[in-house]
Amino acid sequence: MAVATVASSSAASRPKYGSMSRDRTWALRWSYFFLVLFAIFFLLPPVYMIITSLKTSNEISAATSPWWVYHPTLENYTGLLTSPEYLTFFRNSALVSVFVVTLTMLISVPAAFALSRMRFWGSATLATGVFLTYLIPETLLFLPLFKMFAMFKEATDIELINRWWVLLILYPTLTVPFCTWIMIGYFASIPKELDEAALIDGASWMQTLTKIFIPVALPGLIAATIFAFTVSWAQFLYPLAFTTSVDQLVLPVGIITSLVKADVYNWGQIMTGALLGAAPPLIIYAFLMDYYIAGLTAGATKG
Amino acid sequence: MAEVKLSKIVKKYDEVEAVRGIDLDIADHEFVVLVGPSGCGKSTTLRMIAGLEDITGGDIMIGGDIVNDVPPKDRDIAMVFQNYALYPHMTVEQNMSFGLRLKRYPKAEIRKRVDEAARILDIKELLNRKPKQLSGGQRQRVAMGRAIVRNPKVFLFDEPLSNLDAKLRVQMRTEIKKVHLQVRTTTVYVTHDQVEAMTLADRVVVMNHGIIEQVGTPHQLYHSPKTRFVAGFIGSPAMNFIPCRMENGSGGLSVRITDQLTFPVPEARAGHYRSHAANGKLLLGLRPEHITEARQHLEPGTVPFEAKLDVTEPMGMETLVYFPLNGAQVCGRVNPNAGAKDGAPLRLAADLNNMHLIDEASGQVI
Repeated sequence: MAVATVASSSAASRPKYGSMSRDRTWALRWSYFFLVLFAIFFLLPPVYMIITSLKTSNEISAATSPWWVYHPTLENYTGLLTSPEYLTFFRNSALVSVFVVTLTMLISVPAAFALSRMRFWGSATLATGVFLTYLIPETLLFLPLFKMFAMFKEATDIELINRWWVLLILYPTLTVPFCTWIMIGYFASIPKELDEAALIDGASWMQTLTKIFIPVALPGLIAATIFAFTVSWAQFLYPLAFTTSVDQLVLPVGIITSLVKADVYNWGQIMTGALLGAAPPLIIYAFLMDYYIAGLTAGATKG
Repeated sequence: MAEVKLSKIVKKYDEVEAVRGIDLDIADHEFVVLVGPSGCGKSTTLRMIAGLEDITGGDIMIGGDIVNDVPPKDRDIAMVFQNYALYPHMTVEQNMSFGLRLKRYPKAEIRKRVDEAARILDIKELLNRKPKQLSGGQRQRVAMGRAIVRNPKVFLFDEPLSNLDAKLRVQMRTEIKKVHLQVRTTTVYVTHDQVEAMTLADRVVVMNHGIIEQVGTPHQLYHSPKTRFVAGFIGSPAMNFIPCRMENGSGGLSVRITDQLTFPVPEARAGHYRSHAANGKLLLGLRPEHITEARQHLEPGTVPFEAKLDVTEPMGMETLVYFPLNGAQVCGRVNPNAGAKDGAPLRLAADLNNMHLIDEASGQVI
């Protein structure tokens, strides 16, 4: 009896200690609820795309459930992957993206290093300027660019419109400012003593960049690379405006222009094309995510 | 190895003068510690020797050559930073050999030097670890190892122990001293901790407001400070400063603290002080260990007096007692068995053989 009394009285005075973990439990429940909600929201379109890509045109237009495939077929996939047009789009996209990413990194990494570490006249203003450049929407730029290309043609007789390689010059106007800005942020988080130590150890600026800064800021470098790749792979407006012939098109524009014939939408192939087009970024993300880990600077300075 | 010579070094940031014309000669093999409160210019001075800061005026010589415009890498110096500044993506061995690899030393030579440094610092088993796998003390050893392998003319230490906990700091302090006794490289060491300065240095440079207050051996600074700042900065607990007047009465020279309390100046000191008898405001400087409990037999020059204690702090081997005297809070060190109690009176004795007299207006020790 006495024991029971003690137990109940201690239980009565204890709820306060439990409230903390109860709050946490509820917070967890809510976060899972919303996470599941978001996962459904973002995964439904790709799932719908996969389902549609496995259907024939007849089944897509038939009045059956859009969420089920009754007669699965791979003909959309074989059709696209054997079509020279689609493979050209793919090749153009791949070439443009790889070159743009390389070019962007070659420009923005040294630029960010200079802006964040070498104090020169106007460096702070320049750094802000780089970011402001990014804020100008691309939709404002393509008309002046057209005009510039026309003037360039008049002056040199070199045609820039309807050439896929022109995108190599156009995309960096979008990627370089942002990647530079990301890298400035990452470089700024590297303690100043680290480059001073390298300086005393006898490293030149270039050696400090390649041997210290790039390895230490690798997660930032990967983030910037992913960004540059995504922008150049998914860019729609510039290729739509500047390229027209089928052999000059990149994937996003190619799918729209060649798979939509007048008002006939070949949905099965559009979905397949979009899915296949989304595969490279997905693969790259999955591959780079392993390296994209924070806390690489741990241990550089005091714990 | 080489000597370092600073002459009339000035550093200005815009209009603020961080370092205001300092002269300092550091001999070959010497261990010199720059010490002072934050913002006194000690770190700036060190960074100017390293070449990480431009100098606004004056000359810096390392090994007889003026290095004012020589970049850090060509000054043949090595620096240990407060936060270690280890390269996080390299192993301990790579960290230590980075400088040598940049200079394209032969592999065997690099290997030999790294092994030697690792042996001196006792970090052989850590060579393949990354900095993040090391404790603070181990990281500091690696940072020192990186300096040792380069075999430079001068070692520069910028508050290397500030990030360590108290116990480890004492341990690493001994470690640094041991390393210096082995490698004998000229060393400039910056710290704000006067205990570190006293224990490590051949000579201590006390800096304040961008100038050098005094340069001397730890013994000189402790026993013959030249200014009030040095007197108060060196030693813990700090020296007591008690407002007083000089009187030249019939019984000889004496220091009057209050109407009731005067201390006769010992004969050995009186001659030195006599000319200042007329001066108005003076401070009597007495270190806490020179205010003890009054014993039966007082040494010559020791004067007993009554004090009403405010607070006592038992330290174990001694008890610190605090009491007011002519507007100043005074600290004394008494035997733990002397019966000191909070708020109780105690009979104390002041050892005037070790007195200092400071001109309050100029801050100079007379």
